[in-house]
Amino acid sequence: MRTRLLAALAAALLLLAGCSSGATRDDGRITLRFQSLAWQQESVAATKDLVREWNAAHPEVRVEYVQGSWDSVHDQLLTAFEGGEAPDIVHDASDDLADFAYGGYLADLTGLLPERLTSDIPRRSWETVTFGDGVYGVPFLQEPRVLIANAAWLKKSGVRIPTPGRPWSWAEFRQVTERLSGDGKYGVAWPLKEPVSATLNLSLTAGGRLFHRGPDGKVTVRFEAGDEVVPRTVHDQVGTDRSAPASTLGSGGSDTLPGFFAGRYAMVPLGFSYRQQIAQQAPEGFEWQVLPAPAGRAGLTQGVSPQTLSIAEDSPHKEEAAAFLDFLLRPRNMVRLALGDWMLPTGTQALKDPALHTREHGWATGTALARHLRPAPAQSVRGYPEWKDKVATPALQEYYSGAIGLPELRERLEEDGNLVLARYQR
Amino acid sequence: MRTPTAARAGQYAALLAYLVFLALPFLWLVSTAFKPPRELASLHPTWIPEDPTLANFRQAFDEQPLLQAGLNSLAAAVGAAVIAVLIATPMAYVMARQRGRLTKAATGWVVISQSFPFVLLIIPLFLVLKRLRLVDSVPGLVMVYVVWALPFALWMLSGYVRAVPVELEEAAAVDGAGRVRTLVSVTAPLLAPGIVATALFAFVTAWNEFFFALVLLKTPEKQTLPVVLTHFIGAEGVADLGPLAAAAFLATLPSLVVFALIQRRITSGMLAGAVKS
Repeated sequence: MRTRLLAALAAALLLLAGCSSGATRDDGRITLRFQSLAWQQESVAATKDLVREWNAAHPEVRVEYVQGSWDSVHDQLLTAFEGGEAPDIVHDASDDLADFAYGGYLADLTGLLPERLTSDIPRRSWETVTFGDGVYGVPFLQEPRVLIANAAWLKKSGVRIPTPGRPWSWAEFRQVTERLSGDGKYGVAWPLKEPVSATLNLSLTAGGRLFHRGPDGKVTVRFEAGDEVVPRTVHDQVGTDRSAPASTLGSGGSDTLPGFFAGRYAMVPLGFSYRQQIAQQAPEGFEWQVLPAPAGRAGLTQGVSPQTLSIAEDSPHKEEAAAFLDFLLRPRNMVRLALGDWMLPTGTQALKDPALHTREHGWATGTALARHLRPAPAQSVRGYPEWKDKVATPALQEYYSGAIGLPELRERLEEDGNLVLARYQR
Repeated sequence: MRTPTAARAGQYAALLAYLVFLALPFLWLVSTAFKPPRELASLHPTWIPEDPTLANFRQAFDEQPLLQAGLNSLAAAVGAAVIAVLIATPMAYVMARQRGRLTKAATGWVVISQSFPFVLLIIPLFLVLKRLRLVDSVPGLVMVYVVWALPFALWMLSGYVRAVPVELEEAAAVDGAGRVRTLVSVTAPLLAPGIVATALFAFVTAWNEFFFALVLLKTPEKQTLPVVLTHFIGAEGVADLGPLAAAAFLATLPSLVVFALIQRRITSGMLAGAVKS
């Protein structure tokens, strides 16, 4: 019986193998597979349009658009890389690239990209995709964290409206949110379901670095005065001033929008691209505006992990893939991608485009912040994902909710955190 | 003391409460699918959309190849269900009827194999399928689904086989029926509800499966519905809720239809078995 069953299974395998597509192109054309993570209606359309334009102009190098998803991109790419079946061109975010770069799955783009593109993107953006001596992606879209505010409420309250030239300090921000609160309403709602990246990236405004690289190249965690400013502000707004509700601390950005539209919160700190949802979902007549995040002693500096385009190391057509990237990221095309995703382009030429300087939907405010954006602090720290999940996320969540105080937060981030990082740096 | 009528009313009330509990997420999904964006972001959401719209469905179909993905899912799920049942039925019969160390070990293995996490299996599986040239093909995915569904299908079916009185087979043998005749004419009809239930389990498992489909299917035209549904979700879990709900609602319909059609068959099969035994 067992022998018969095995034989039947083997026969089924052979039958299925016969049905497999596994077709190879024999028309001499090169086909590049481009896995895009564009997901909003406008950004998918913009990306597909650009692929179509490339294909029309380059019949010998055809690009095939493959839709990926942010939710699962890491596992999916890891499996594809391991199996030697990765797409030629990979869309991802810079904070997801370290493992792939160090694992040898991504091509070093040094020398592959044209000077036009290399010089158009600022050095600080290139730093987000530089691992060791190599460059493993092209950073092309980024978003600062901004305050989305109920414009009518702010105007009526008479508070000073901040601008990129004259932002609120963190202390002033706290005063403003306290002034706006009362009668079941709050000055701000912090959606901190993922508290670590939001806290670390905003902490750069106050000079917080948290991760310090020694002369031996090893990284240690030190929670210093600059690192305290943002967490303490949030903690005090929730626990002392009652100017921020505790209920949104576990929420994602989208979850806070109904309360924002209903007038329960005057402001919500969100990524710049959330404007698309707000424009789409805001009730008729709802006035909203984009304000810069508060500034500390380092001004408006904040951390970002740009979206990136990389080339798989296994791709036999790296030069053609680089040529496609060059096309896709020409200033005019970068603007189309940025508008589609409601984000900022990294390219300096693209950033000058008038479409990105309109007051409508706060584009001008966001564009003014672009030069203050720096690599996210943990960008190249090995062991960061484990530190984030096992140490920093629970510690910050407990601190924000008032379960622990600042000394214990510091102790856990530093002592527990350094134990985790040490394992990756032996 | 409670009267039988009161007890029955209590039972119905409990059943109703349970049904409502089960139906709530689905009803909310349907409601969301027909709401315009502004109603989706309301602090006081309503069950019945105030301004119902089909725009979410239009957008979902415009943005993603839902029909093609649905056909792919259907092919994978039906293929997995049919093959899993074809393989599992004779194996389950042996496991149920032949008691011995080997069958005990096999049963143990079946249970243990259910605890393997997907992530542990996916890379070796990917490499095997690549060697067989079955990556990026629906038949390859069917094979994976069959392997994935088989242990539970075996476990499930062997329970059904054990429920068929062995005396019936012995009686058939006494009447002169051969082994094959007994299996086809006596055992198989009694097993029908179990086979249908097992097929349904394999179908639904394959229909809903996401991770293997995500990793194994690269060509957009071959992707299945669960994979395509994730295309409505952006970074940090931000979702295009309206089109996502519309697409998810459509994706649940085939399962519901299959359940509705087969549920009667399961029930009638059970009753038929009861009468015969």
